[in-house]
Amino acid sequence: MDTKWYEKNGKDGEVVISTRVRFARNLEDYPFPIRASANIKKEITEKVKDAVLNNNSVIATRFSCINMDNIDTGKKVSLVERHLVSPEFISGSDEKTLLLLDDESVSIMINEEDHIRLQVMTEGFDLDKAYELASRIDTLLDERLKFAFSERLGYLTQCPTNLGTGMRASVMLHLPALRATKAMRKIAENLTKLGLTIRGAYGEGTDPVAGMYQLSNQISLGISEKTAIENLKNITRQLIDRELKARQAVCTQTVIQDKIYRSEGTLRYARLISCDEALKCLSDIRMGVTSGLVKNVTLDTINRLFVEIQPATLMQNAGKSLEPAERDEMRAKLIRETI
Amino acid sequence: MLCQSCQKNQATTHIKNIVNGELTEKHLCSECAANQGYGNVFDHMFDIGSFMSGFMGEPSFALAAEKRCPNCGITFSQITKGGRVGCARCYDTFYDRLIPSIKRIHGNTYHTGKRLKKPELESGEKNVKADVKTPPKSELETLNEELKSAVKSQEFERAAQLRDRINALKAEQGGNI
Repeated sequence: MDTKWYEKNGKDGEVVISTRVRFARNLEDYPFPIRASANIKKEITEKVKDAVLNNNSVIATRFSCINMDNIDTGKKVSLVERHLVSPEFISGSDEKTLLLLDDESVSIMINEEDHIRLQVMTEGFDLDKAYELASRIDTLLDERLKFAFSERLGYLTQCPTNLGTGMRASVMLHLPALRATKAMRKIAENLTKLGLTIRGAYGEGTDPVAGMYQLSNQISLGISEKTAIENLKNITRQLIDRELKARQAVCTQTVIQDKIYRSEGTLRYARLISCDEALKCLSDIRMGVTSGLVKNVTLDTINRLFVEIQPATLMQNAGKSLEPAERDEMRAKLIRETI
Repeated sequence: MLCQSCQKNQATTHIKNIVNGELTEKHLCSECAANQGYGNVFDHMFDIGSFMSGFMGEPSFALAAEKRCPNCGITFSQITKGGRVGCARCYDTFYDRLIPSIKRIHGNTYHTGKRLKKPELESGEKNVKADVKTPPKSELETLNEELKSAVKSQEFERAAQLRDRINALKAEQGGNI
């Protein structure tokens, strides 16, 4: 089986974990999901499934179809932990269907906030690749489905924040050093002026767990996909440079080195570890690996662990339901055996 | 339901999240939601629905005559309350009232970027309706027409914006085709 995008390190992987491009699309003749009955949603599901699965493209046969009503909560949460669907998508159970490519790089959510949410993920920093694939699939669907579109407002969406291109492109960034130097608040303020937004990738609030951030375009109307992606690329480049410089500076400090080595010790020897603690320690040794302080661990391994230590995914892989204390034990074991 | 953050106002925004392997839902009032970065895009608008309900409890009778989208039946106050539009037609039905919010969100109200594929005659599987439809104008044509009308009505600021977009588009296409 192919390695999944979250199991490997990609371009500019010291800082960029993954790239995501998603399009919001709706079928012209149907009300948006908030106004659609279960029967209408069923019809939409059938149309989209038909368009994706029964066309002549090479990837059509590689999709599997998952009706969200037919899988248990653990499986659903694990899909979110692997960033394949949104939390919104697994809440409620009204006619939601996921079409997932075998290597998990493409997911098509049917009846999420819009009729169609098409998402492409890649490892590392590769906006062009992700956009190109998303756009190709979008064009393929456009040939078979009639999308709601207006000459002035572009693709019409249930929430006006997605009008225009319907595109949200984002990169997941690991910025532990910029976070440690308290530079993030200022950066976030400046990004708003550029039509971009940054938020914590794990947990909530402004101080994200593990220094993981999601940088994305906020505006989709009046700006072409290309320009939005170029803007995002420029800013990402700048953030990569700043983060790497900041890492060089902070990693010479004894207090930071101490933190990194303590985290390495915890990961290598702990018998019980919570998800939060594991994320923090993984973040520390990730910075340690890229600064040459931590040896014998690859970024591939760390990226994979970021996903595999999450509670629902941990239980999926264990094949059974576990109490929190049992999970902490299982998680510690998994980490010890992996790194 | 009261807002979980301030415990004072009614919760109107419901946010789903995964916390420690569990799907959780957070219920916030519009103010706390905005502070935490989850604003409703229509919150700034004068919402006749909640205004009325503040006075009369249930707004049903006051709103009986409110205009509805002929396609999906939603009213404008339902849209502002939920922060969601009912169907594609709503953007026509409530166009004038939606445009200010759209402008505030995006700073712009004209789409540039990917457009629907024009129907191709050689494609055998195309449905009939799409074939007889007049192909949409190209982006450049639309923009040029808008530029003309902006100049005519002396909206120079808008004309300048349009000119910049036309130039950018020409440059983009020049590099592309």
